Amino acid sequence: MHTKRFWLAGIMVVLLLAAVPGMSLGISVPDNVTLNSQSKIYEPFQFNHAKHIQLTKECSDCHHHTTGTLVQDPNCIRCHRNSGETKEVSCKGCHVADPFSAVALKGKDPKTYHLDKPGIKAAMHITCIGCHKKTSGPTGCLDCHGRTKEGDALYNSGAYTPKHKPAKSGHGGH
Amino acid sequence: MKRRDFLKGCLISGAAASLGAASKSWAVGSFEGYPDAMGVLVDTTRCIGCRSCEAACNKEQKLPEPDVPFDDQSVFEHKRRPSEMAYTVVNRYEEADSKNPPFRKMQCNHCNEPACLTSCFVNAYTKTKEGAVIYNGKVCVGCRTCMVACPFNMPGYSYSSAFNPLIKKCILCYDTRLKFGKPPACVEICPQEALTFGLRTDLIKLANERIRETPDRYVDHIYGEKEVGGTSWLYLSKSSFEQIGFDTTLGNEPIISNVKEFLGMVPMVLTIWPALFSGIHLLATRNKDHGDDHHNHSEQEDGKK
Repeated sequence: MHTKRFWLAGIMVVLLLAAVPGMSLGISVPDNVTLNSQSKIYEPFQFNHAKHIQLTKECSDCHHHTTGTLVQDPNCIRCHRNSGETKEVSCKGCHVADPFSAVALKGKDPKTYHLDKPGIKAAMHITCIGCHKKTSGPTGCLDCHGRTKEGDALYNSGAYTPKHKPAKSGHGGH
Repeated sequence: MKRRDFLKGCLISGAAASLGAASKSWAVGSFEGYPDAMGVLVDTTRCIGCRSCEAACNKEQKLPEPDVPFDDQSVFEHKRRPSEMAYTVVNRYEEADSKNPPFRKMQCNHCNEPACLTSCFVNAYTKTKEGAVIYNGKVCVGCRTCMVACPFNMPGYSYSSAFNPLIKKCILCYDTRLKFGKPPACVEICPQEALTFGLRTDLIKLANERIRETPDRYVDHIYGEKEVGGTSWLYLSKSSFEQIGFDTTLGNEPIISNVKEFLGMVPMVLTIWPALFSGIHLLATRNKDHGDDHHNHSEQEDGKK
């Protein structure tokens, strides 16, 4: 028992040492970020963070007010003119995974100003696709993430593509 | 009981019944939705036309296999509408700036005062307290009046079924998700959060806030807030709502308002009129009838007199 606990504690300490100082000192800027690791219908993929740092001028283009040049949006400046960098820089630090669950909806404090905060999935897609549209970057679903077998089944695509139907049966609009 | 007393009773009770029924039906038009009704806010400026909502709906509702894959964008060449094959479809609308054409998802809007429900004479439809307009296929007789009544043309019909054709439309995933507090499948899969799920009252506030904060992004209108008495699905748009296929001529009165006055008269006609005119007839023929009660003559003999 004792040895087990010791090992657990040891692992925890190593993890904390690895994670905390990097974050707080702002030195851990990852070159790659694994995205989509929770999704069933899409494969996890590597987001090339280093490449995007070169492509964009400002960290705040994506990380809005959390790091780099701070608030520029006139709407945000009204309150955040003097706001400093935030401790939490990663997207998932603020944007939740399930914004519409009963718990999430009930937990909303109506007095909070930022009630209209997208979930993590939307935050990323709106930011990525929004910028890619302006800069002619890739915007198709499969341009960024590969689909799993389950995903193909959902979209009736790939191996699950419908066999050609001669007549459009049952397509009765009235 | 004497016949005169019976007729008097008929008159009084008929009048009371018709007044009661009439005042009740007049109150129906001012219903503003259940307080805990959920809804979906569609921000059409966010939609990228990926059709994921269509795919998710197809699987959640166990609908038939589509003709083409859900990632096939060629379907946008024609305008589609919901059917027995698909409870929701996304259409693309061309604009002068065709680089970013607007898309619009369509499905049953789940009215606060559904015309389908009003028109259904077997009460197959129910507006649940969660806001969904659901449908009971067991009592449906397949008359399709609801399809005519719907101001949005949303209910589909399973024409392909010869023996048990049913109305087919979005039920807001009521059976599998909504009643357990989960958002509909389309909302959950939407990558852009073009669909926002929440209390309808909160969504209206949220939509107004989006318009206020970014007025360049939206026309100053929430489609569905007031249209035909309000709908659970609400829409924001950059271009005018006609341009993305919405009917803006529907007005804000619920469809039931068009018929409620007429329907309020039905009990009156059916109950008061027979009693009233019988009474008038009796009064007019009073002299002839006089003395009937004192003799034990049969009705037939009365008639002969």
